[in-house]
Amino acid sequence: MEMFDLSLIWAVIIAVGVIMYVLMDGFDLGLGILFPFAPDEDSRDVMMNSVAPVWDGNETWLVLGGAGLIGAFPLVYTILLPALYLGVFLLLAGLIFRGVAFEFRFKSHRSKSFWNWAFAGGSFVATFAQGCVVGAYIQGFETADGVYTGGAFDWLTPFSVLTGVGMVIGYSLLGATWLVLKSEGHVREWARGLVPKLLIGVLVIFAIVSLWTPLIDQGVYERWFDNLQVIWVLPFATLLCALGIFLGNRHGREGSAFLLTLGLFIFTYLGLIVSRWPYVVPPQYTLWDAASAPESQFFLLIGVLFVLPIVLTYTAWTYWVFRGKVRVGEGYH
Amino acid sequence: MALDPILLSRLQFAFVVSFHAIFPVFTIGLASYVAVLQGLYVATGNSVWDRLGYFWTKIFAVVFGIGVVSGIVMAFQFGTNWSNFVQFAANLIGPLLSYEVVTAFFLEAGFLGVLLFGRNKVSPSVHFFAALMVAVGTFVSAFWILVSNSWMQTPQGFEVREGVMHVTSWMEAMFTPSFPYRFMHMAMAAFLTGGFVVCGVSAWFLLRNRDVEVHKRALSMTLWLLLILTPLQAWIGDEHGLNTLEHQPAKVAAMEGNWETQSNVPLLLFALPDRDLQANRMEIGIPNGASLILRHDADGVVPGLDQVPEDEQPPVWMVFYSFRVMVAMGLLMIFFAVAGLALRRGERYATSRWFLRGLQGMSLAPFLAVLAGWYVTEIGRSPWLVFGVMDYADAVTPSLTGGMVLATLIGYIAVYAVIFYAGVYYLFKVIRQGLDDSHANQGIEDSDRPARPFSATHVPFDGGIDSARS
Repeated sequence: MEMFDLSLIWAVIIAVGVIMYVLMDGFDLGLGILFPFAPDEDSRDVMMNSVAPVWDGNETWLVLGGAGLIGAFPLVYTILLPALYLGVFLLLAGLIFRGVAFEFRFKSHRSKSFWNWAFAGGSFVATFAQGCVVGAYIQGFETADGVYTGGAFDWLTPFSVLTGVGMVIGYSLLGATWLVLKSEGHVREWARGLVPKLLIGVLVIFAIVSLWTPLIDQGVYERWFDNLQVIWVLPFATLLCALGIFLGNRHGREGSAFLLTLGLFIFTYLGLIVSRWPYVVPPQYTLWDAASAPESQFFLLIGVLFVLPIVLTYTAWTYWVFRGKVRVGEGYH
Repeated sequence: MALDPILLSRLQFAFVVSFHAIFPVFTIGLASYVAVLQGLYVATGNSVWDRLGYFWTKIFAVVFGIGVVSGIVMAFQFGTNWSNFVQFAANLIGPLLSYEVVTAFFLEAGFLGVLLFGRNKVSPSVHFFAALMVAVGTFVSAFWILVSNSWMQTPQGFEVREGVMHVTSWMEAMFTPSFPYRFMHMAMAAFLTGGFVVCGVSAWFLLRNRDVEVHKRALSMTLWLLLILTPLQAWIGDEHGLNTLEHQPAKVAAMEGNWETQSNVPLLLFALPDRDLQANRMEIGIPNGASLILRHDADGVVPGLDQVPEDEQPPVWMVFYSFRVMVAMGLLMIFFAVAGLALRRGERYATSRWFLRGLQGMSLAPFLAVLAGWYVTEIGRSPWLVFGVMDYADAVTPSLTGGMVLATLIGYIAVYAVIFYAGVYYLFKVIRQGLDDSHANQGIEDSDRPARPFSATHVPFDGGIDSARS
């Protein structure tokens, strides 16, 4: 066990789990946010059918991330969850409502509009809560001796509301580019028209958050402006992605538009990680401070290394089976 | 009145876990039943077993789905409300709970899909194998959860360094003295739950003369099973109680309503325990009963609540009455299993109206027994979260305020009320539709996904069954 830094391995596993979750659940949450604005009920059917086979496979990454945290970095778990107490409740309630709505909308006739609203409302609340979590994370947590000492609403600040709104627009963009990729006709045209507007919204918030973040914490400021010049490649890559999305969407290259939206999220995420690395509970605790005992990390690693390839294979297979466009009035059968 | 975050956190956890527990306890039993049905189909080639298997697989899918949704919250509650406990015990509890999640994923990615959607795509033996693996998987999940809980009841295999527990022996920490009894008792409870629900649903169809031959078979085989399992469970429960007497005597004293350590302790049927008096205000009991049960000797000395200081006593009346509810349900279950045997002659078990009506009602009994049993063991451990090591006050999240917990408690109740209503409403719909659903799925477009177990049923959520059939 001495040969490997188990904490580092676990940090990579959980970081990958989180971004997998953001990318994959992101586009189906985004569809939920766009749901009320869809031109007609047929489009809503297409939207839901386009994610029906994959959406909760997507959510398994959240559960895997949460389970990994309690096993490998309990301090993250025991500080973040109390600090984000009410936000976590909103996140869970939103995800649950949306999951149940998903199941029952398919089986409903009369009660369809109720489940429509539950789906949209749940998606919006869950996304906004996730965005606030990001904002609260950048701002850091008030702790003493490894225990959260702040208040119930510390996570809700102008900055975290901004990141919350950013997340809502960002997921909507993911949802829109996904929908362009998976649909045809008037549904596709509608989604295509949304992309540039959402992209502008994302860029505006990206710019404000990028300027604001270094002002929050001296360490972040130094990282970006003093010692590590090479990381400027990340925001630059983000902007290149944005340009690519705009052009790809305009010229009907829907595959590249969607993939570049994923890229936009990945580079933003990496930018966030380098801002705070190696602190997992900013501003005080590093990933080594937060780690559980090596024997516990090792014990759990065996099982996860066994199951992770299976989950990955299964996920890839699902996306492969359900590739291609979804047509109006047609589910997957 | 100031809101107490500890009490409210306990209430919240109790509410969420009670709501959640009834679904897995059902699916564990049902998964085994489905595996038996598919096994019988492979062995005999009789398509009756396959039809029954299909019907119960649909019900399994819905219950499994609600169970998964309602369980998500629990994984976060440890951190939101009991963060000091997690910080203390994460080196053990973290991997154990994570392994439960890993098991569930493995199951979902592997065999659940084949069980739910592979009926016409793979051979009956492969389908049976998938059903068997799902059944095994549900037990493996239960294993991790009960390992964690048993460690909290009878902790060992660890040492505390700088306020954090470290595992010194995984074998000792995982296989604690109460674990084998708890696991057997719970496994048996799951079988009984599955069994009595199958009986109740079969009785419902028999009373309405629908698919009589098929449901009679289901009822008959399940009654034989229950005839063995109900007394067996009583015996296992008794052994579990003796194990508890050894490790947590105060819990048993509360179960018996016994305040003083003494011989010739009566078995109380009814009592009004009073913690301020440290005595029962009144009691009705069978002389020497508790001594006989716990010590197998009328003169046996049974420890009372006086063994522990007053502030370490559990709330006696809750433990006392929960225990009685559980035992009463157990006795009712034994009664119906035996009555089923008595009604074998002339196959009256499948025609007697009082018996069938009674069985319908008995579908609820195992759920009540399971909840009451958990209240006994969990409230009986109070004020300890980890018995003898950490109490509630040390375990609760320090930054919590009563208002925060109350707000989320009300929120969870609201969310779960909607899920429960929609879920159970839909479950009844699937049951009412019965064995044949070839015409019922009109207008329903769904994609079959193992990760979404509900997609295994093609029953409309609203609109009458009859209108869907026509």
